[in-house]
Amino acid sequence: MAKMNRKKINDFLINNGVIIVMFVLVIYTGFTSDNFFTSNNLMNILMNISARLVIALGIAGCVITAGCDLSAGRMIGFGGCIAGTLLQKMDYSNKFFPDMEPLNPFIALLIVMVICALFGTVTGFFIAYLSVPPFIATLAMMEIVYGISMIYTKATPLGGYVKAYTDIGSGKFLGINYLIWIAVIVAAITWFIFNMTRHGKYMYAIGGNMQAAEVAGVPVKLTLILIYMKAAAMYGLAGFMLGAKSGGASVQLGYGYEMEAIAACTIGGVSVTGGRGRVSSAVIGVTVFELLKVALQYLGVDANAQYIAIGIVIFVAISLDIRKYIAKK
Amino acid sequence: MADYKLELKGICKSFPGVKALDNVQLSLRPGTVHALMGENGAGKSTLMKCLFGIYKMDQGEIILDGQKIEIGNPDEAMKHGIAMVHQELQPVLARSVGENLYLGRFPVKKFGPLKIVDHKKMYADTEMWLKEVKMDFPAKAQLGTLSIGQMQSVEIAKAVSQQAKVVIFDEPTSSLSDNEVEALFRIMNDLRDKGVTMVYISHKMDEIKRIADDITVMRDGTYVGTWRAEELSTDQIIEKMVGRELTNIYPEKEQDIGEVVMEVKNLCSIHGNSFQDVSFTLRKGEILGFGGLVGAQRTELMEGIFGIRNVASGEILIHGEKVKIKHPIDAMNAGIGLITEDRRGNGIFGCLSVKDNVGVSVYKKNLLAKFILDHKTINKIVDDSIKMLNIKTPSMKQHISNLSGGNQQKVIVSRWLANDPDILIMDEPTRGIDVGAKHEIYEIMRSLAKQGKAIIMISSEMPELLGMADRICVMCNGKLTGELDNQDEMTQEKVMAFATQF
Repeated sequence: MAKMNRKKINDFLINNGVIIVMFVLVIYTGFTSDNFFTSNNLMNILMNISARLVIALGIAGCVITAGCDLSAGRMIGFGGCIAGTLLQKMDYSNKFFPDMEPLNPFIALLIVMVICALFGTVTGFFIAYLSVPPFIATLAMMEIVYGISMIYTKATPLGGYVKAYTDIGSGKFLGINYLIWIAVIVAAITWFIFNMTRHGKYMYAIGGNMQAAEVAGVPVKLTLILIYMKAAAMYGLAGFMLGAKSGGASVQLGYGYEMEAIAACTIGGVSVTGGRGRVSSAVIGVTVFELLKVALQYLGVDANAQYIAIGIVIFVAISLDIRKYIAKK
Repeated sequence: MADYKLELKGICKSFPGVKALDNVQLSLRPGTVHALMGENGAGKSTLMKCLFGIYKMDQGEIILDGQKIEIGNPDEAMKHGIAMVHQELQPVLARSVGENLYLGRFPVKKFGPLKIVDHKKMYADTEMWLKEVKMDFPAKAQLGTLSIGQMQSVEIAKAVSQQAKVVIFDEPTSSLSDNEVEALFRIMNDLRDKGVTMVYISHKMDEIKRIADDITVMRDGTYVGTWRAEELSTDQIIEKMVGRELTNIYPEKEQDIGEVVMEVKNLCSIHGNSFQDVSFTLRKGEILGFGGLVGAQRTELMEGIFGIRNVASGEILIHGEKVKIKHPIDAMNAGIGLITEDRRGNGIFGCLSVKDNVGVSVYKKNLLAKFILDHKTINKIVDDSIKMLNIKTPSMKQHISNLSGGNQQKVIVSRWLANDPDILIMDEPTRGIDVGAKHEIYEIMRSLAKQGKAIIMISSEMPELLGMADRICVMCNGKLTGELDNQDEMTQEKVMAFATQF
């Protein structure tokens, strides 16, 4: 009996190891630093999480089908820049389109998401119909999108946004920042898609066993295209959010975020071999990741040493996660 | 000099739930070709894998040149001079012939303090060995560009290069063209002249008569006997292979067979060596058995009908109407379901729940407001099928990979039944399933037929085929070689005769 209990405790520790360690780290940081547990700081962390979560939720769909998306980071920069050029004040001296009235931010957002989705569709087409491995297809799209962003913006940073746009980054509803609300809504919609629609179920089936999905009559190709299209639209949204938050954008916006998002997803339990992962996985993963970064900062860990810590966390988290499934066999 | 080059004595091997080999023996005279014969599943390949150290035998001994030896893995087998040309070749297609030949034992030379691969020697030696087996393609050719026969001769060259004294050929000709078979026999004759002892596994009677000196027959994992090749006629060999009683674990057959539901006319694969010019009809309420040897292209034919494989010509009529099936979705819409042979490979979604495994076929039929899944109805469908097919699972949320093979199979059957097909194709429906569950699957199949479904069953197990089928089509080498529709005509001998009509 005691043995059983010990095994259960062991299992619990292994299955939730990373989260427990993170929890301890956060508590420790909170008690050793004065202003860690302030509402201001927590709100700040949530703000940081919001855009990251939108990206991670987009990438999660790709990872669940045993794919990935390297173009996410550049797509964010692209989305941020398109939004920026459409939403500059008339009296801004460096205005990108000097004669154009700034658009309604929501229309601009729609345009950004549609354009990004088009690029995502192209990636998806190559993956689904021409069987280009996702790693390579999205790598190619990463280069293309970067080039287009550079040509489009002439490599100049954008600024001077209209108030309606920056308000999205700073405004609050019920005391909570709009950006956080956006992330919550996106998470809810994604949960709905993953669990309540055919598309979501097909996504898991493709990730679980693509041959079996084909035999079972799943429209594999269409589903894959939709996944990459949807993901790209979400990166566009994330770019729009980051632009609103910082009041400016450049092509470099979001660079490298794709790797963090993939890492966050896997820390949370999205399996890179496909078929496994939930919305909560992405939420947990991104939260753990951001808390780790902030806690290390508060503890005064050298900025460069933080990279090492993050790397170690990824190693440990994924090893533990894989262990769960191997033990089950 | 011992009488026998190699002897296997009292070999036993069990897999979970099955006794694959029961006290089997094999004695090879030096410098002969020894044919090992038996039906699918008789245990020939298992025996050879035990000899070659791929499987660990439970009991028995191996005696080489009068000395008892232990073989723990293929590497040790090769050290004893035993080599195997596998049924399914596993070459590295993207690398050269030479690299494949010397894989794992590359010749090396010194390069300062390092040891590097001696490419020059490797390719020179490869050329020599290829000449030895009278093959004239370059050692640097990429393996993937060769034909299957040529790849096989690379394997043989590999065996020769290891100075193998015993070479096992596990169904080497199953995918070869006639010319390639001739080339293979020439090599085998050469090897025999050099005193090499060979074991040859094949189903092709004419080949056996041509090449074999001795014949050992196995049946259901047991040893039947060994004869000189000239002592036995083809009919005698078949008789010895199938000579067993049928046990009655099969439900009673159906008398009430209805109208034609599907007609397949002159179906041809895009690949010349796959199914060609196959025509048959399928009636309501019947179980149509498809017999034949492994490699007869039955699976490929069914996958062609179901839209997984490309079809070059021919047509499929369902209820008298011509249908175009390009994708499994088309087949499903036409009322066909397919339970595949390779359950793990393209049947189950291992990391998903029982519910998701069943539900995948009915999501599009159970929607609220056209896009939200109706989980309530889907749960009911899954729950009903768990009850109806008696699937043993703690709940529908259980991962399917935690279920036994028989229960997994029942889940797949439920998946298709949920979609309510008229025609259900079952490819080796009881493969890897224990006896009790087999019986349940048979009962399910018969009751489905009684409900008016038309069932096609591919089976390589003779008793199952004869016990279940109302009618039997036999295929051989991509062609339909015979049809048996009279219950009295359905004998193992007749099926075997059609199945070996190359």
